[in-house]
Amino acid sequence: MILVVDLCYRDGSLSRDEFVAPVERILCRAETPFLTRHYTAVGAPDLKSADAAILCGTALMDTGYMEQPELFRWLLSFERPVLGISSGMLALAAAFGGGTEPCCEIGMVDVNVLAPDPLFAGQEVFPAYEVHEHAVRVPGEFVALAASDRCVQAIRHRSLPLYGLLFYPEVRNEWIVERFLGLAARQSP
Amino acid sequence: MKLGVLFSGGKDSLFACWQAIQKEEVACLITVVSQNPESYMFHTPNIRLAALQAEAAGFPLVEVETAGEKEEELLDLKRALLAARERYGIEGVVTGAILSVYQAARVQRICRELGLWCFNPLWLADQEAYMEELIGAGFTVVIAGVFSAPFDESWLGREIDRRTLDELRAIAQKYQVTLTGEGGELETFVVDAPFFAQKIAIEEASKVYRNYNGVLRIERAGLVAK
Repeated sequence: MILVVDLCYRDGSLSRDEFVAPVERILCRAETPFLTRHYTAVGAPDLKSADAAILCGTALMDTGYMEQPELFRWLLSFERPVLGISSGMLALAAAFGGGTEPCCEIGMVDVNVLAPDPLFAGQEVFPAYEVHEHAVRVPGEFVALAASDRCVQAIRHRSLPLYGLLFYPEVRNEWIVERFLGLAARQSP
Repeated sequence: MKLGVLFSGGKDSLFACWQAIQKEEVACLITVVSQNPESYMFHTPNIRLAALQAEAAGFPLVEVETAGEKEEELLDLKRALLAARERYGIEGVVTGAILSVYQAARVQRICRELGLWCFNPLWLADQEAYMEELIGAGFTVVIAGVFSAPFDESWLGREIDRRTLDELRAIAQKYQVTLTGEGGELETFVVDAPFFAQKIAIEEASKVYRNYNGVLRIERAGLVAK
């Protein structure tokens, strides 16, 4: 089961259909069971039963999740595959001590793959949809996997299957989410 | 949160408005009237009737004209959002964008400049589920423009009910057009919505059609009891 985490400003918000529902639809199409929880309501049973987690994005003005870092500490000991999307990447990096820096990209941007990884195998550069004002400073335990001309676009933990993407893969790059699901399925007991 | 809804009078902006009504406070509708029939951002047939739809819904309308020159019209959109913020205190904007990263990114940039939230509740919506929900929720939508084969003149003015949806589904499969008209194949006009206190009666309309391109020009319309 995949735990889908909604980072939007409140549970059942107007942003949910924009940032969470498209990810849920990819999971439905892939016939992958999932459970969606707002980030303020993720409980121990949810974490225990999850084979992987996807942290969804938020609206540009929606940064409330950053004010409650304690609600993302579970990422430090989760140890199963995680995909943090845009704001989800910022939350993942922050949990591991990574900061942010201003970097605004809105619209389609070319993403260049920097390091080999199963998530981007066979790709050198691809266009991706971005809506963000900040990028991450890559935490020490992570490596940069891809970048645009302006900032790091994808990171992975050095020894765990924890990924962060600054762009929105659900827009025109669903194959990345599908590859992540394949990776999660292979790691599932 | 007080929101302004970018409003074209078509099904997507009306449905997005309905979603916003259920979650936040809609303070006004915002319409940019383009003089340019080629405008990617704003041109729709019957945009002038947005005022009548706003009246039916009981929301104030902020209306701004644009010559429709490519990047100039974004300044006009910014002017409209500023006016909406000044008059109605909006903190965010709602759009009916479904797939167009071109439109969505431009609105996102302007919202960022103005410090406004941006909501796209139909973003990447499943077309089939969306059209079913639209009909099921009680929206009455007519086809007000066709811009692609195989749509002939008879499609202009047709209501999108379940029968029409079945036909659209068959066409979408055969001709590679989108079910929602998101690819620019169709324009729509909403005559009734679940949040309208009255509905719109089209009293006089004419069709202009040639080579799979046509619009239903609504010459006269009024509000009637539901």
